[in-house]
Amino acid sequence: MTVGEKKGMNPYLAGALGGILAVVSLWLTGKYFGASTSFVRIAGMFERIFAPERVAKLEYFIKEAPKVEWQVMFIVGVLVGSLIAAIAAKEFCFKILPDLWEKKFGKGNLKRLIVAFIGGIIAIWGARLADGCPSGHGLSGLMQLAVSGFVALICFFIGGIVVARIIYKGGK
Amino acid sequence: MNINLYGFITGIVFGILLQRSRVIRYDKQLGALLLKDMTIVKFMLSMVLTGVIGVYLLNDLGIAKLSIKPMIIGAVVFGGLLFGIGWGLLGYCPATSLGALGEGRLDALSGILGMILGAGIFAEAYPWVKKNLLTIGDYGKITLPGITGINHWIIIITFLVLGLLLFRWFEKKGL
Repeated sequence: MTVGEKKGMNPYLAGALGGILAVVSLWLTGKYFGASTSFVRIAGMFERIFAPERVAKLEYFIKEAPKVEWQVMFIVGVLVGSLIAAIAAKEFCFKILPDLWEKKFGKGNLKRLIVAFIGGIIAIWGARLADGCPSGHGLSGLMQLAVSGFVALICFFIGGIVVARIIYKGGK
Repeated sequence: MNINLYGFITGIVFGILLQRSRVIRYDKQLGALLLKDMTIVKFMLSMVLTGVIGVYLLNDLGIAKLSIKPMIIGAVVFGGLLFGIGWGLLGYCPATSLGALGEGRLDALSGILGMILGAGIFAEAYPWVKKNLLTIGDYGKITLPGITGINHWIIIITFLVLGLLLFRWFEKKGL
């Protein structure tokens, strides 16, 4: 695909292709896109190494069993697909600090890594409580005209906009 | 073909689209939250507007079933706001964090480890969550056509028109 080195593929086109992909996938497998349940399954797989009895007992790990299934393979595929695309376009590089972050907070990797880690803990809590993330609620929920999808997506953005404003207050 | 293999291949294609369109980048995610760069909103909404037609077509033809998540105020509103706070800090959502790691972004890896730890803690807290939050305002698995009684295709067409108007506005404003 011929895309500008810096600008990237047109997001409308990429989104439309993503929509077709989601529908074809639904047709073939009956599954809707989602991601956050897999983090529970993966957490369970790790925890099982240290405390198998605990994992066997917890209701949530019985509900979302620690096993590799369609969605876990889907998110692993996202990683692999992005890796392939990045290598093919010679864009792959190890990097800790996003440009926007570095402009505001300067160099200093630890701060960014800690904020990302804490952000991850909070984000997955929210996603599991809401029973979906921007993929499960935002994409799959809206595609089905689910009320929960619209409400969740609005709440995701309200929370995110407030935090982004606090982090980047005073211009940049 | 094995269903997990379908998942893997679908993920690879989706990962390529996410990487090529840049929506997995922190700068794009924060750009949207700072209301300065609507790339991820364009991607998401364009995907939804395409997908909704196919999903309801397959559903009408009896080929696929809907899988609606329940509208529970205590879960979706609190969880949604909490997710947003975490998203603003992390700068990636669960799916895009994997894509960002694929490009070599190591802050995304830190976020992924946080999400795995957080998921483990959530599993511990689930009995409390179920008792105290999942019981607040449970409206069940409701859809827009269901609650309004309007034919889904009329809602889909309205949705398409509103989406396209929004896209036109984005382009006019250079967002």
